[in-house]
Amino acid sequence: MDTPLIEFKNVTKSFGPRTVLERVNLQIYEGQVTTIIGLSGSGKSVLLKQIIGLLKPDEGTILFKGKPLATMKKNEKDASLAQISYMFQDNALFDSMTVHENIALPLRETTNLKKAEIDLRVTARIEQSELGDAANKYPSELSGGMQKRAALARALVTDPKIVLFDEPTSGQDPVRKNAILSMIAQYQRTFGFTAVLVSHEIPDVYFISDRILALYDRAIVFQGTPEELEKFDHPFKDEVIQSLEGLQEELTGLYSKRQFKVLYQAQLKRKTDGGTYSVVLFTLEGMDAITASLGYDAAQEARRRMGGYIDKHFGAKGGFSTRRHTNEFVTVLPYSDLTEAESMLKDFIEDFQKEGIRGFWAVAWKKTPSKVSVEFAILAGIAQGQPIMEIGSVIDSAKHQQKEIGRLRCDVRR
Amino acid sequence: MAPNADGQSLMEVEARWPRVLLFTRPFAAIGRAAIRWIGNFGAAAVFLFLAFLKIFRPKQVPKIIQQVYFIGAKSTLIILLVGLFTGMVMCLQSYRALVKVGAEGALGTLLALSLVRELGPVLTAIMIAARAGSAITTEIGIQRISEQIDALDTMRIDPLRYLISPRIAASIISFPLLTALFDLIGIFGGYISGVVLLGANAGTYLHRVQTSMEMKDVTEGFIKAIVFAVIVSTVCCYQGYFAHMRTDSHGAKAVGLATTSAVVISCVLILVADYVVTSLLI
Repeated sequence: MDTPLIEFKNVTKSFGPRTVLERVNLQIYEGQVTTIIGLSGSGKSVLLKQIIGLLKPDEGTILFKGKPLATMKKNEKDASLAQISYMFQDNALFDSMTVHENIALPLRETTNLKKAEIDLRVTARIEQSELGDAANKYPSELSGGMQKRAALARALVTDPKIVLFDEPTSGQDPVRKNAILSMIAQYQRTFGFTAVLVSHEIPDVYFISDRILALYDRAIVFQGTPEELEKFDHPFKDEVIQSLEGLQEELTGLYSKRQFKVLYQAQLKRKTDGGTYSVVLFTLEGMDAITASLGYDAAQEARRRMGGYIDKHFGAKGGFSTRRHTNEFVTVLPYSDLTEAESMLKDFIEDFQKEGIRGFWAVAWKKTPSKVSVEFAILAGIAQGQPIMEIGSVIDSAKHQQKEIGRLRCDVRR
Repeated sequence: MAPNADGQSLMEVEARWPRVLLFTRPFAAIGRAAIRWIGNFGAAAVFLFLAFLKIFRPKQVPKIIQQVYFIGAKSTLIILLVGLFTGMVMCLQSYRALVKVGAEGALGTLLALSLVRELGPVLTAIMIAARAGSAITTEIGIQRISEQIDALDTMRIDPLRYLISPRIAASIISFPLLTALFDLIGIFGGYISGVVLLGANAGTYLHRVQTSMEMKDVTEGFIKAIVFAVIVSTVCCYQGYFAHMRTDSHGAKAVGLATTSAVVISCVLILVADYVVTSLLI
């Protein structure tokens, strides 16, 4: 692997007699979304503040592109740290300044850009963050979600190479949480910065993370992909992940991946009579267009409604579902063969065409300021499996069988 | 713990003879307080030095003007009121005393010199410390505890340059101007009280005000005003900036205590500095 962008080598940090981090080793790679997970008070924010230089390690070395920060010359260190932006847990917006002034502040104070150019850049960020109506309001006049978006816009206005997010979704409802995570993921793809997140939002944060770092008992005990974390055998998994991960995913109301696995094993592995089960895989296609036209909240609301609708329809028939990826839902029907599953899916499609679409477009009506045309498709595929088979291969098979079951197009005109 | 001459630490001595603590503790407390004061004094001096140097950095003028408006212009009304009534009450008290010795003609001299050399700078500084100084400490303290100052650091904006230097510069500009206003309105208050209400001779009063004052007196008043400006702005900014490091409280309470400390310390230091400057200039 390449040289890490940021590397901690045996970093120790104490506050008085309390050691928060002890011989921490970690690597953060360029262009990735890295999420640091751990319980509250475990030192995640301390770790982040050491990267940006707000705190200094008592022992150990922090390397930036392979060079120790501590031994860099002042100019070199300043240039390195200038590439980093930080979004605070409580936003740290200046309460005596408007949203526009807050976002303009770093450009005004650290660059020689003309006022017109600054206004142009700030306005662009405000529009991207869906804060057009709030540009001249003070932070105290905004909702928590809007404050987060303003803080995010301020963190990104200087086009940083690295952005550190300290619990960007704290205190938000499930739709907003996922909207913020989705916004971070999309910005990261668009602008190509390296994102480092501190978050409790398990499993939602897995959908946007390339790497997970697990902080447990003052040290990093795991570094790897979310999939590798699933296979990780350590007390951290029992004590931290299971306590943070709710029984159900907050956004969709569906089971978390872990609970889904437990149910799968409990219900299907017991089938020793050679019985079969069915898997239905749903994919929402074209959600990026929904986000672009109607915004992040509307896209998350659509996902939430889809999850709720799947749960309502198949849950009543003994099925259990989870969200596999951002726009992908999987349902297991433990007592149905392929024919029964196809029949259930047909009922689902009919019902959805009658009732579900109305709920979807209610979101569009609320969010759309003027006439707009939005469209997305729902794909579904069914596969049959046996308990002895790996569920992953059955889901892959369902993916190959996927076809369009509905295309939702709406012309919203006012 | 440093060992004593016999190689025993003080702690070991105290452990062997617990009653020693009764004698050592008060001295230790005084010592700790003295070290804390000296430490704070040194830190505040470095703080002032660094902030002062950053006054002359680019992009500071608009921020200084904004602070002159807050510290100076918005304090005008309170300075006018205090100056007017200070002049009036001084005249009232002095006139009665001067009449008893037949020296009521010296009323203008007494009032003008007292105001310009002493009361003007001192009372102006105390009033600004109470009005603007407390607001400065609270604002900076809240910015500190809500991580706004850390946010400046992360944006590569020097908090000393952005927050502190403009306030120190604005104080240095505003204090002498407000002192001049205080002196003027105080003399006018004396005229109302002495001439209009008590019947002193108007010509004598104005003549004595004009002839008894020398440029040296005015300069002394302005020097004091500048010294007090530096003291008040440094103390108030320093208390707010380090509100999070207070050992006696945290959060909003720390900001409240920092504000109280800022006003009290400013007032005490104004009076101490007044004596020192007067004794140097007299």
